[in-house]
Amino acid sequence: MMTEQSLTQPPVGLTGPRDAGPLEINARLEISARRKAWRKLRRRPGALIGATVLILFILVAIFAPLIAPMDPLEISSNRRAAPSSEHWLGTDEVGRDVLSRLIYGARVSLRVGLVAIGIALTFGSILGMVAGYVGGWVDAVIMRLTDIMLAFPGILLAIAVVAVLGPSLFNVMIAVGVESIPAYIRTARGSTLSVKEMEYVTGARTIGSSSMRIVLRHILPNVAAPLIVLATIGIAGSILSAAGLSYLGLGAQPPTPEWGAMLSSARSFVRDAWWIATFPGIAIMLVVLSLNLFGDGLRDILDPRMRN
Amino acid sequence: MVPFILRRVLLVIPVMLGVSIAAFLMSHLVPGDPVSVMLGETATAEDRERLREELGFNDPLIVQYGRYIGGVLQGDLGTSIRSGQPVLDEIVERLPSTATLTLSAVVVAAVVGVTLGVVAAVRGGGWVDALIMGFAMLGISVPTFWSGILLILLFGLVLGWFPIAGEGPMALVLPTVTLAAPSAAVLARITRSSVLEVIGLDFIQSARSKGLSENMVILRHVLRNALIPVITIIGLQFGGLMSGSVIVESVFTRPGLGRYTVTAIQSRDFPQIQGIVLVVAAIYVFVNLAVDLFYAVIDPRIRYG
Repeated sequence: MMTEQSLTQPPVGLTGPRDAGPLEINARLEISARRKAWRKLRRRPGALIGATVLILFILVAIFAPLIAPMDPLEISSNRRAAPSSEHWLGTDEVGRDVLSRLIYGARVSLRVGLVAIGIALTFGSILGMVAGYVGGWVDAVIMRLTDIMLAFPGILLAIAVVAVLGPSLFNVMIAVGVESIPAYIRTARGSTLSVKEMEYVTGARTIGSSSMRIVLRHILPNVAAPLIVLATIGIAGSILSAAGLSYLGLGAQPPTPEWGAMLSSARSFVRDAWWIATFPGIAIMLVVLSLNLFGDGLRDILDPRMRN
Repeated sequence: MVPFILRRVLLVIPVMLGVSIAAFLMSHLVPGDPVSVMLGETATAEDRERLREELGFNDPLIVQYGRYIGGVLQGDLGTSIRSGQPVLDEIVERLPSTATLTLSAVVVAAVVGVTLGVVAAVRGGGWVDALIMGFAMLGISVPTFWSGILLILLFGLVLGWFPIAGEGPMALVLPTVTLAAPSAAVLARITRSSVLEVIGLDFIQSARSKGLSENMVILRHVLRNALIPVITIIGLQFGGLMSGSVIVESVFTRPGLGRYTVTAIQSRDFPQIQGIVLVVAAIYVFVNLAVDLFYAVIDPRIRYG
């Protein structure tokens, strides 16, 4: 973990004229904080590379119909053809163009990751903030439920949810979202507890602010940074989990071009057609790796104390 | 420490109770009519009624749960709809294969991960550190269902060094490596940061200044303290590996709990699914209990009130 030596030098915003009003200082601090964040990001090439690759994937996902050379679902008699000038990444076991399927697959994976983490982030942060802010028996109930969810290790909770709802891509999003909730509850609750007794919060309470207003105006901004970091890395994990469930046949159903499902059918042809099994894996790895790299960098910038 | 241990042991009861309720409720939370889902579309109204009666779905929920938990406590996890066999027997039959894979992966991940993490920390900032952390980053980003296929292709089919299916120690090598890699990566990252944290502390400086060799300082003073949090993570990894084996078993077509789980879900055999969920969660809860107790014993700094 790199620690910044910013303590030895005064922040840029504070070196201005002494008679600057408090508002002005605030504005300058904000600008300098942003500038500092940018400087830190530049010093972490991994995070920059991650962000770049990620943006590329997002663009590919958005413009898939324009980029893909062929229809990802169109089958042809040209089965298991090796990579060539016609099919850059070859064709699969029913003659579909692997590159086109990969390009459309970016849509599926990114959507699954975003929706799943959206679910986890929404429910997790609300439950966590409520538990931390309200305390008492509400806290106890929420935390015991969290303990029970955490008793299902790794992907098992997602598997259980898929078992109940039935195998489908949509249900996988819900399943992976539910699986991720406990981490957000814990993080949101922890951060809430740490700011709940701060003077500005008790101050707000004294002047009669409603609980809703206090949570939204004073607690949420403090809880946001660690949650954003968690969510960035969480998208990576949820894409992996979802692709794993699809690999098992519990997620995306044929003929959906989903990376995990593509690998699943490629497993039987790996001896004769290495390309069907290689490229979807590279795609998953690149997306997950770029999210992890970006998330790591983001963590150092937003929240130097949080690790692992 | 005794009150802590007692409290920690007692905490297992509400958690396991909750897990059993969750497992029990699974078949009731199915959207639509659970019995039709389990029997498929071809079933007649008569079949459905028979199964509903058989599963006791006509009784009040609380009565059903009482019967369920009563059975579970006597080792009765229900009967599979598909095979007609007791679910517990089916699970016990497949557990050794999964346990072997999980345990060997835990050992490999712990040894490789901790070693790499310590080396990276000791060479902090150098190219060795960067290389190891690069590999660790890769390790947490590569899906096991892909790395498994690549290992099959390279070491199984092209080089022919290891069998790609079957039982026996040689057949265990590739699945173990596949399953262990992401955990080893996680452990390397955590070990590294834990070691770096301890290296910066005062007592390490004084150990150095009293003339101990650097190796002695690392072995005697740094590792002893830095590895304590790592042990907890190894415990947590155990559960992840056990459920991760579902995927690895299906890549290597091993006859463990993994394949059993997948077919149970595909055929929507709820007694089987509930049994697996209950057994795996119970194992995980007790492993974590063991880790926590172990942690309380070895870490003299922490006094649990």
